[in-house]
Amino acid sequence: MSELSQPLVDLNSYAFSGRQSAEVDDLSTLSAESKRELRMVGVDVDAASDRAGTFLQFDHSTVHCNSSRKGVEVLGIKQALRKYDGLPEYFWKGMDPDKDDFTRTAKQEELHGGYFIRTEKGAKVDEPVQTCLFIKGQNVGQNIHNIVVVEEDSEVHIITGCATSHGVTSALHLGISEFYIKKGGKLTFTMVHNWGEEVMVRPRTVGVVEEGGVLQNNYVLLKKVKSVQSYPTIYLNGPGAVARFNSVIVTPAGSHVDTGNRIVMNAPNTRGEIVSRTITTGGTIVARGEIIGDAVPARGHLECKGLILGGGVIHAIPELQGRKPGVELSHEAAVGKIAQEEIEYLMARGLDEDEATSTIVRGFLNVEIMGLPQELRDSIDQTIAELNAGNAM
Amino acid sequence: MLQIENLHVTIGDREVLKGIHLNIEEGETFILFGPNGSGKTTLLMTIMGFAGYTVTSGRIIFKGVDITAMPTYERARLGIGMSFQRPPTIHGLKTRHLVSMCARGREVDVDCMAKGVNFDAFLDRDINAGFSGGEIKRSELLQLMAQNPNLILFDEPESGVDLENMALIGTTARALLDGATNPSPDACMRDLRRRRKTSGLIITHTGHILDYVNADRGQVMYNGVLCCDTRPIRPRDILDHISKFGYKECIRCLN
Repeated sequence: MSELSQPLVDLNSYAFSGRQSAEVDDLSTLSAESKRELRMVGVDVDAASDRAGTFLQFDHSTVHCNSSRKGVEVLGIKQALRKYDGLPEYFWKGMDPDKDDFTRTAKQEELHGGYFIRTEKGAKVDEPVQTCLFIKGQNVGQNIHNIVVVEEDSEVHIITGCATSHGVTSALHLGISEFYIKKGGKLTFTMVHNWGEEVMVRPRTVGVVEEGGVLQNNYVLLKKVKSVQSYPTIYLNGPGAVARFNSVIVTPAGSHVDTGNRIVMNAPNTRGEIVSRTITTGGTIVARGEIIGDAVPARGHLECKGLILGGGVIHAIPELQGRKPGVELSHEAAVGKIAQEEIEYLMARGLDEDEATSTIVRGFLNVEIMGLPQELRDSIDQTIAELNAGNAM
Repeated sequence: MLQIENLHVTIGDREVLKGIHLNIEEGETFILFGPNGSGKTTLLMTIMGFAGYTVTSGRIIFKGVDITAMPTYERARLGIGMSFQRPPTIHGLKTRHLVSMCARGREVDVDCMAKGVNFDAFLDRDINAGFSGGEIKRSELLQLMAQNPNLILFDEPESGVDLENMALIGTTARALLDGATNPSPDACMRDLRRRRKTSGLIITHTGHILDYVNADRGQVMYNGVLCCDTRPIRPRDILDHISKFGYKECIRCLN
């Protein structure tokens, strides 16, 4: 098998039922271990009072769901489907269930949960809403459906952490996410993955942005995972809509990550930007990106930069598709190594080789620009430092 | 402070330095002249210990320690600092962060130091990204201020710098080399200068830097060797001579 070929998912080897968990009303009762694992993916249950809301899914059950601020509603998806008569405007509306085997499976299998988050018109929600999709059992198949609706002129930041608990090596996560950003709305969506070493992940994400709306999407994956394959697609359907993707991906040996973003600019004055920073220390990364310009004026820029440290494969596939005269699309892609000159520059200031390397890697990954809460930045910094300590770089 | 004994250096197969002898005392500032390609930058790079500059014979002694085989960062920690002519851009590394790392745990007021070199507006920019010639020099000086070395290597401090910036860079370089030179009640300025510990090794083509720093001695490097070492010559006189007659005299002197 070539390094580039993707591990195949055998749907029959995962349990799609039988892993129910009881509700957790009081988050302080979670074990220290669980709290630590949640914190690693940006979900701090002890700081829940600094969050606009918290949602937790364990295996096949939604175990906690609350919103503590005005202007934002946080519900479990099943509850929302009951409350809003099946969410006819949103549920499976952006995403085509016949897209592929995984969307079909997600539609057919029992729905285990996921979140429904909706802002009120005009609400500016200052603190992030934190959500976690957690797998606690070996060989669990988790089938999630998330819907985010950002009403007109409102703003919210959602942090979604996806993780497996310590000791779980193998599992399958299927997650459908649909984002609807109305006129003048702004969604910052940060996803942090921290899976077990044999876990297979097949998220399917689609978003629709109306006039003047903004989607800022951040994705962070730093730990070993068997296989992630995802290709979120965002449609900029209203004039002046903007989408920006920032991805930071590290693959150790044994990881296969095939991921990218697609932005379709369907309206005038739209802008799309896709930036990915990838590092392999032995695994395989297929870094995709596609910007389609189908209206003018529209500007799109795609940037894939990769570092191979020690071993592994990075396959950068930036694609541009202009469909109207006057669209402005550009890309830059680079796969290489850390420049010796940069290391020596820092060593001349007294940093030893390890310090110099991790400083350059940290700068390269440039998590700073995502504007994440301090504790999540600290957790990411710590992970990068551990990579370095493990001589992975 | 720095003693270089019979230093031979090759880059690849080519011998670039062919037996350099150089002594720089504590507090002394030494000026290195020479045409392009004569080996001046190679000497600085070798003192700093960069890869690709192979010492085939000779020794470099700094503060009494043989540093010929020492890694670059240990030389820096021992007290050697360098102002780069063309430093690399490091994306995502803020100037502020690098300056504070240069201090290696010592308490420094980065904002205050940056104001001193009119660089406070650049602290949150990626280091060297899109910096002009003058901005690079100010950034390098700022890093050196935080690093506080005992020997400073300047690779062409005036290249790419406009006149206004030259004054700022010149006075800052002087302050780094001299330490405090303000009159003090308990010592005369001559004694204060005598007490300064920082040494300098400056490469210059134009000599503009001589308008600002107290250059004690100078020599010309030509084709990998130092010449004009028979008697103490003031750097200013060497410069005047070179600007009138070029490096012809060096060739004759060497032959």
